[in-house]
Amino acid sequence: MKNEPVRSEAVGISEEILRKWEAKGVSRRDFIKFCTTMTATLALPLTFAPKIAAALEDKRLPVIWVEYQSCSGDSEAFLRANQPTAAEIILDIISLEYAEVVMAAAGHQAEKSKWDAMEKYKGKYLLIVEGSIPTGEGGVYCTVGGESAVESAKKLIKNAAATITVGTCASYGGLPAAAPNPTTAVGVRDLVPGATIVNLPGCPVNADNLTATLVHFLTFGKLPAVDAIGRPKFAYGKRIHDNCERRAHFDAGQYAESFDDAGHRQGHCLYKLGCKGPEAFHNCPTIRYNEGLSWPVMAGHGCIGCASPGFWDTMSPFYRRLPQVPGFGVEATADKIGLGLVGATAAAFAVHGVASAFRKGDAMESDKVKVEE
Amino acid sequence: MLEIRYVWEIPVRVTHWVNALAIVVLSITGTFIGFPYLIAGVDGGFAMGWIRFIHFVAAYVLTASMLVRIYWMFAGNHHASWRAFIPWRTTEGRRNFSKMLRYYTFTGKQISYEVGHNPVAAVAYAGVFVLIIIQIVGGFALYAQYNPDGMMAAWTAWILTLIDSQWLRLIHHAIMWLLAGFFINHVYSAALMDIKERNGTLSSIFSGYRFIEPKDL
Repeated sequence: MKNEPVRSEAVGISEEILRKWEAKGVSRRDFIKFCTTMTATLALPLTFAPKIAAALEDKRLPVIWVEYQSCSGDSEAFLRANQPTAAEIILDIISLEYAEVVMAAAGHQAEKSKWDAMEKYKGKYLLIVEGSIPTGEGGVYCTVGGESAVESAKKLIKNAAATITVGTCASYGGLPAAAPNPTTAVGVRDLVPGATIVNLPGCPVNADNLTATLVHFLTFGKLPAVDAIGRPKFAYGKRIHDNCERRAHFDAGQYAESFDDAGHRQGHCLYKLGCKGPEAFHNCPTIRYNEGLSWPVMAGHGCIGCASPGFWDTMSPFYRRLPQVPGFGVEATADKIGLGLVGATAAAFAVHGVASAFRKGDAMESDKVKVEE
Repeated sequence: MLEIRYVWEIPVRVTHWVNALAIVVLSITGTFIGFPYLIAGVDGGFAMGWIRFIHFVAAYVLTASMLVRIYWMFAGNHHASWRAFIPWRTTEGRRNFSKMLRYYTFTGKQISYEVGHNPVAAVAYAGVFVLIIIQIVGGFALYAQYNPDGMMAAWTAWILTLIDSQWLRLIHHAIMWLLAGFFINHVYSAALMDIKERNGTLSSIFSGYRFIEPKDL
């Protein structure tokens, strides 16, 4: 049994394909692992693994990766956190024509390669957008090579076969669009309504979800099924809270009250520390980040709902359950204000009651009242 | 001569008490869900699980009761009718509304003598009905998030396009406090009117009967 090669029959991937990948330096074990992981991530039955393997083999998808108002965090996440050898596979299944973070070219040379790629693969390339697009003041807040992000993005989106937005900024505006949104930043779906687009929000995007989306596009020739706000259902179809490893503690009524108490040390639920898992949709609990190593709630910090539109405004304060009530101080929660309201009502009616008790001549039917002996 | 009038029919009284009970249960369990002030021990049991279960069952009970009451707004007598909740529709209603409001604010001497709701109370109840409906619809929109592909989520999806779920939660809390404030107001006013009107206001919500002197109306 020793040194016997991994058999491909189990998942039905042909010897021929496996040999080809071996020749490229990808072990058959790693390749089968990659195909089955992708099948599982996309929530497809295992019988799709050979289809995925075949799709990876015969296509090299041209990809243009552009950044606008971004921190390059999504590029970093994609480059650093992958399954073993996935980086190699990715470099083999896609042809990255333009990506600011990894390309050697700079300046006019880089610009030229972007527009050349657009012309060469018109209607065939996949566009990946990272960062929000500022529309204020005619788009002057972000210009590349003298051209505004608005103009450049519109052109690239129009000529792409499909667009994937990585990160919350490109999807919904993200941090640059947080109140008061000084640059009038928007996500791609608001810039070009009706574009063929799939949103992969998150801060940063989960590299496995991006890889799975690429693989889906290669295998089926179209983008995966999405929810009401354009996020693929395979990755954003379940609420974090419902798949959370701390959920049993939530149901049991066991909560960490502070970041250093006994409950926190025992892995109790972070609900009272403002965890937004109950209102956030992402596959973090199952797929995790950094090669499945960990994710915020596992590491002991509550979810901040980073894959939700406008999360910086609606999910904050991050360490409280509810948003701040507008017009009240930072210490006032909705429930403190409510309790104050109820107290004031009770006090007002107590006074009203005392005053009413001393009132004379207002009672009805006084002529019918007969006092008993 | 005093008459004994049958004012509140059975559906009105039953839905009143079911609503009251459901709202009390929902408020207590809802407060715990929003702020779990008791921390379970080592074994934990299923504290939050049960409290949420009770909250959702009470939500369905309240919904059913409200549906019955809304049906009865069209099938019941004129005191139960939807028209009774909009006293401003008639000149007499408007006059009695201001008369009653002046009595409450100590600027008028006389109570507006009514067989059914007094006009100020009727307006308050209309507002409470609206608040309860917002609570029900908003509550189910939040509840439906456990299954975003489900039927309930499909029916309530339009709400979350209008408002973010976190702001909806804030509203859900705020309305609970408004209803708590109404509860104090309602019990106080009912007791006050029972004392001042001398026509069995408080007992009428149990029996349905009130004592009315027709010539004083």
